[in-house]
Amino acid sequence: MKQFLIFVRKEWYHIWRDKRTLLILIGMPIIQIVLYGFALTNEIKNSRIAVLDESHDPSTLALIQKIDASRYFEITRMLHSPADVEAVFRQGRTRLVIIFPLGFRGDLLHGHRAQVQLVADASDPNTANMLTNYAEAIINDYQQSLNGDQALPYQISTQIRMLYNPELKGAYNFVPGVLALVLMLVCAMMTSMSIVREKEMGSMEVILVSPLKPFRIIIAKTIPYLLVSLLNIVCILVLSVYALEVPIRGSLWLLIGESMLFTITSLSVGLLISNSAKTQQTAMFTSMMSLFLPTLLFSGFLFPVENMPLPLRVVSNVVPAKWYYIIVKSVMIKGLGPAAVWKETLILTGMTLVLLGISIRNFKIRLA
Amino acid sequence: MVITARDLTKRFGAFVAVDAISFEVRKGEIFGFLGANGAGKTTAMRMLCGLSLPSSGQATVAGYDVYRQTEQIKRSIGYMSQKFSLYEDLTVRENIRFYAGIYQLSDARIREKTAKLLQQLHMEEQEKSLVRSLPLGWKQKLAFAIAIVHDPAIVFLDEPTGGVDPMMRKEFWSTIYEASDRGITIFVTTHYMDEAEYCHRVSIMVDGRIEALDSPGRLMKRYAAGSMDDVFLQLARKASRTGA
Amino acid sequence: MVKPVIVEELVKKYRMKRGEVKALNGISFSVEKGEVFGIIGPDGAGKTSLFRILNTLLLADQGRATVNGYDTVGEYKKIRQCIGYMPGRFSLYQDLSVRENLEFFAAIFNADIQENYLLIKDIYTQIEPFRDRRAGQLSGGMKQKLALCCALIHQPEILFLDEPTTGVDAVSRKEFWEMLHRLKERGITILVSTSYMDEAGLCDRVALLQKGNILSIDTPEGIRGRFGKAVWAVRASEMFRLLNELKGDPSVESCYPFGQYHHVVLKAPLAGETDLRGIMDRERYAEAEVRPISPTIEDCFMALMKE
Repeated sequence: MKQFLIFVRKEWYHIWRDKRTLLILIGMPIIQIVLYGFALTNEIKNSRIAVLDESHDPSTLALIQKIDASRYFEITRMLHSPADVEAVFRQGRTRLVIIFPLGFRGDLLHGHRAQVQLVADASDPNTANMLTNYAEAIINDYQQSLNGDQALPYQISTQIRMLYNPELKGAYNFVPGVLALVLMLVCAMMTSMSIVREKEMGSMEVILVSPLKPFRIIIAKTIPYLLVSLLNIVCILVLSVYALEVPIRGSLWLLIGESMLFTITSLSVGLLISNSAKTQQTAMFTSMMSLFLPTLLFSGFLFPVENMPLPLRVVSNVVPAKWYYIIVKSVMIKGLGPAAVWKETLILTGMTLVLLGISIRNFKIRLA
Repeated sequence: MVITARDLTKRFGAFVAVDAISFEVRKGEIFGFLGANGAGKTTAMRMLCGLSLPSSGQATVAGYDVYRQTEQIKRSIGYMSQKFSLYEDLTVRENIRFYAGIYQLSDARIREKTAKLLQQLHMEEQEKSLVRSLPLGWKQKLAFAIAIVHDPAIVFLDEPTGGVDPMMRKEFWSTIYEASDRGITIFVTTHYMDEAEYCHRVSIMVDGRIEALDSPGRLMKRYAAGSMDDVFLQLARKASRTGA
Repeated sequence: MVKPVIVEELVKKYRMKRGEVKALNGISFSVEKGEVFGIIGPDGAGKTSLFRILNTLLLADQGRATVNGYDTVGEYKKIRQCIGYMPGRFSLYQDLSVRENLEFFAAIFNADIQENYLLIKDIYTQIEPFRDRRAGQLSGGMKQKLALCCALIHQPEILFLDEPTTGVDAVSRKEFWEMLHRLKERGITILVSTSYMDEAGLCDRVALLQKGNILSIDTPEGIRGRFGKAVWAVRASEMFRLLNELKGDPSVESCYPFGQYHHVVLKAPLAGETDLRGIMDRERYAEAEVRPISPTIEDCFMALMKE
């Protein structure tokens, strides 16, 4: 046991004394979260919007004035036909189009029920979300001022359409994505590089010649990175809750537990890479190509996987990050419990066991 | 004199790496510059190559001043280190071309030099092989030939023959003798004493100062030593710098 | 009693892009208990491959080897318990201090520093003043001493040192060999490889290795004694001209530069000083000097290479 602990301590010294790498390890997730967080939560002021008023009645005019008067919006175009809507978005700059259908006032006064359509450019999902929220608030406000103490209230229902990115992927989806990326990077890349460094330096020769069991070498090399990852998970969660105001709706312990599972998955991938890589450079590039890119592309956090062609969807299934991403989204954002994620957890566990098995079996007790 | 140094000194803060050394090297001489790790060899050599400015003292290399004429110095010296100055992933010909190009030889001259050099080294058949695939001894010979491709007045050799087999080593020293015969001055820094015995004269640095300077034969006589190793041990044991 | 190291017909090949390279070409030898056995040869002779096979880090393609009676393939775990190994590049952790390096290597070999301190005391006291310094900031000689301490900390019966003196200055080299001889007195068998011919004389027995073949195995005196021909040290004012002159002379078998002198071997067994003087007088060399010497290991190595 002492043998083992001293090995872990030595690994810890390597990490601790390489201040630059340590800074990157800890700083990278923080910077990513903060950067994206601020980019996404920028306050919205005077966004350019357009209005298509097919009704042209006192009610729509009043509403349009109210919207234009708010500091959030600036009506820059009045459209004349539904065909203009698409065109105005294509020109860019217009973020939102408010459409009042024909006979708005009539519906409202006689039927007590009128409709407004909000069409948003959701290619920037966060902005689209906020704009429609603000517009809805203004419309609600108007509706209440109309109602007063009436027995039968007037109702204006808003119908929202998101163009270009109907799923509205944004800040909420970003946190699970960063988690997956950071864990992959820290665990897989750092572990593989630290093992390959020993090969390059020649110290691996002495360690192999020692009575230390290969299994223990592997565990000892990975434990410090497991700790660093845990630190990263905590950092990211704290930042996302307090800085980005993305709450953890489900169980925190479940979330951390799943994250540790994914950490181990990533560590085993790192071990697998270190088995074949001969230089730190190779290890780094292999990690980048085989982990970073697939995680980015196939986990579903940048591009919706369901929109991809079949072969790519099949490929995405072998990317561990995809399953982790689904789990985190379910637990953290949707607030679901173990019952909802057991299938994904099982898949991830299976992947981990296979990867760990292969890398331990392939760990070379000799040099060539 | 190809190299003159008078009270050449280099300080790093309070630490005097090179402490007022004075010596001269003649044209065509093979001059051994010896010392233990940390004795100040590398620092002194850097000043002579125009890579580092002295703190005080004077020195000229090939007639140029080490303070003001470093560009001219760099053009008139060659350099070869034990960690090869050759590119392993370039072919023999490409390496020659590259270094000849650095020294701004004309294309016609490069062609002529390359052909001559390959023929002298008996490497015509290997001109298109990657340097990586050559035996160590060949690499060393090629590295030396390239270091003098621009006919420098002086060539600096940093521990040139470590690790090669004795036969290759003898051949290497034969080529050095030949270069010296042609009037090229050879400045060898090394801490291997058996290399030192090939030099016409050697200087031994201890703690930043030159403690002895003479031909190996006379040094051995003076210190009643059987080999340069013994001479060196007698001098270096006096060192106060631990070298740690 | 079983010999510490027995090597039989060992072959090691490396597959390269263009065909195979034989690093070891069927070599055999054995090492006696408590001796300092030197493997002398230039870079690429096969020294490191041999050491790695004996240390169970590489598998040989043919032949077999035993260390302390254990087979290097089947019983590699037992071998790993009883050897100490110092690879070519001192495999220290540059970012760990002297003390931390020693503790680490002691721990992975399940050794206690206090219990084994006696063995390394001589060496460790020299580096102890720097025990909190990072290994990366030590000089070559200091690194070498620390690496030796790390290899000795578990009291191995057999010590494998792969080119321990490469890149180390003359003073440290001398001290290092003195340390090896003290270890030998404690009964440790030492296998050491080097590319410096002059270190051969410091071993009890040496094997001269060249391109995967053993040229000769014997005591240093034995190897020099078997040279069989007279060697002449020759010098004059123009050494380069003299070298070419002698190399081209029909009566000269070989002539190599050896520092201050050229070493000359003549073809005719009975030829000698007068013949050499004759050549030098004829070509008018000033300060001519000729004297008989006993052959060095380097002379022997080159003669054997030619055969």
